[in-house]
Amino acid sequence: MNPLATIGRGFLAILATAGRISMFAATAVSHCVRPPFYPRLVLRQFLEIGYYSLPVVGLTTLFSGMVLALQSYTGFARFSAESAVATVVVLSMTRELSPVLAGLMVAGRVGAAIAAEIGTMRVTEQIDALTTLSTNPFKYLIVPRLIAATVSLPILVLIGDIIGVFGGYVVGVYKLEFNAATYIQSTVQYLERVDVISGLVKAAVFGFLVALMGCYHGFKSRGGAQGVGAATTNAVVTASIMILVANYVITELFFAE
Amino acid sequence: MNDTPTSAHPKIRIRDLRKSFGSKVVLDGLDLDIADGESVVVIGGSGTGKSVLLKCIIGLMEPDSGTIEIDGENVVGLPRSQREDFMRRFGMLFQGGALFDSLPVWENVAFGLMAAKHMDRSDARKVAIDKLAQVGLNEEVSTLSPSELSGGMQKRVSLARAIATDPEIIFFDEPTTGLDPIMADVINDLIVKCTRELGATGLSITHDMASARKIADRIAMLYQGRIIWAGPVADIDNSGNEYVDQFIHGRAEGPIQMAVRRG
Repeated sequence: MNPLATIGRGFLAILATAGRISMFAATAVSHCVRPPFYPRLVLRQFLEIGYYSLPVVGLTTLFSGMVLALQSYTGFARFSAESAVATVVVLSMTRELSPVLAGLMVAGRVGAAIAAEIGTMRVTEQIDALTTLSTNPFKYLIVPRLIAATVSLPILVLIGDIIGVFGGYVVGVYKLEFNAATYIQSTVQYLERVDVISGLVKAAVFGFLVALMGCYHGFKSRGGAQGVGAATTNAVVTASIMILVANYVITELFFAE
Repeated sequence: MNDTPTSAHPKIRIRDLRKSFGSKVVLDGLDLDIADGESVVVIGGSGTGKSVLLKCIIGLMEPDSGTIEIDGENVVGLPRSQREDFMRRFGMLFQGGALFDSLPVWENVAFGLMAAKHMDRSDARKVAIDKLAQVGLNEEVSTLSPSELSGGMQKRVSLARAIATDPEIIFFDEPTTGLDPIMADVINDLIVKCTRELGATGLSITHDMASARKIADRIAMLYQGRIIWAGPVADIDNSGNEYVDQFIHGRAEGPIQMAVRRG
C-alpha cells in the first residue's frame, strides 16, 4: 500500500473535521444573536461553568504562583537577580499561566461535562425531541453554554491572576523573606495593562473553544454509551490542544515585534 | 401496492420517497396515504427503515427525493422556519421516551406549550397537570424527575407531552418497546383514547403485532424500502401476502431476509 495515500487520507480527514467544526461554530454564533433567547439557561450555565470552577481554578493558580516564586528565586539566585522574582511571578501569571491553566482545568471539568450531557441527550433522542417541540437545540443547548463559557472564563482568570500573585507573595514574604512592601512594589512596577488584557482575551477565546468542543462532540456523538465516552474524550483532548495552539497565536498577535 | 386512498385529500400523502445512507438504500420509492383522523401502523422488521420514514415525515431528516404532502402541501425541501411551522402541528412519542432529565415531569409536558404556544409557566403547568391526569398520573408525579419514574410511567409522561399541544398528527415510535405485556396494553389503550379524544391522525411504527392490532385502523408493511402491503387491520390475517404472513406469525422461515445493519 502506498504510504503517501495514508498520509493524504489522514490529512484530508483533518481538514474535513476542521471544516465541520467551523460550520458548527458559525451556526452556533449566528444563533447567539437571533431570538428567542433563554436568559434562565444562560444563568444556569454561568453557575455550572463559572461559579463551580472557582475552587479548581483558585487552587491551580495559587500553587502555580507559589511554585513560580520558589523556582525563579532558586534560579535567579545563581546570578544575584532575586529582586526579579515578584515581576516574574506577576508577568507569568497574568500573561500565560493563569489563562492556560484555567483553560485546561475548565476543559477537563466543563468540556467533558458538556460533551457527556449533550451526547447523552443525542443518543437518547432528547435533541430530536427538542426539535419536535419547536425548540432549536442550538439556541436551547449550545448558545447558553458558549456565552457562559466565553464570559465566565475571563472572570475566572482575573480571580486566578490575583490568587496566583498572592501565592507568589506568600512564598516570597514568608519563606524567602522578602520585604512585603518591596515585593508588592516590584509586583506592580513593571506590570502593564496589556499583560492583564492579553490574558483575559486568551481566557475568552479558551472559554469559547472549551464550550464549542464540548458541544460539537456531544452533538455529533453516535452509538450509545461508547459513543458518548468517545465524545467526552475527544472534547477534552481537542479543546486542550486548541487552547495551547490558540495561546501561541494570541501571544504572537499581542507581543510579537 | 394494493392500497386505495380512503379520501381524495389524505392528511399525509407520501409519493416515491427515497433515502440512502452511502450505498445502503433505506427507502426505495415509498408510497403511503394516511387519511384525516385515521390511525395507520407501519410494521416491519428491525432495520427496514421504519424510523427513517418517521424522521423524514417529521422533518428530523431530509429525504433524498420524493414528496411528503401534509394537507396537500409538499414539505420536502421547505426552508427550516416553514418546516418548524409544520412541526407545531405534530406530536411525537419517542421510543425511549426522550424525556428531558434536567426538568421535572410537569415542565417536560409543558415544554411544547411554552415553546410553541408561548403560554406562561403557570398556565402551562395547569394544562400539563390536566394532560398528566388524562394518562392516569396524579399531581404528585408532576414535580418528580423523569429518572425517578419506572419505564411505564416514563412512557405515560412522554405520551402526555406528545398530546400536550393538541397536535393534529401524532407519531408513535415503537410505543410498547421495553414494557411488560400488561403495561404495553395500558399504553396502547391510552394511545387509542388520547388520539380519539383529540381527533388526531396517528402514524405509528412498531414490530409488536399485539400493539399494531390494537391501535391501527389500517396496517402497512414496510419491506426493502417500500410498502409491500397495506389494508384494514381486519384483513391482516387474510392478506394473501407471504411476507406479511411470515411477519405477523413471527416465523424464522420465509421470504424475508433479516437486515444486519440498522436503517
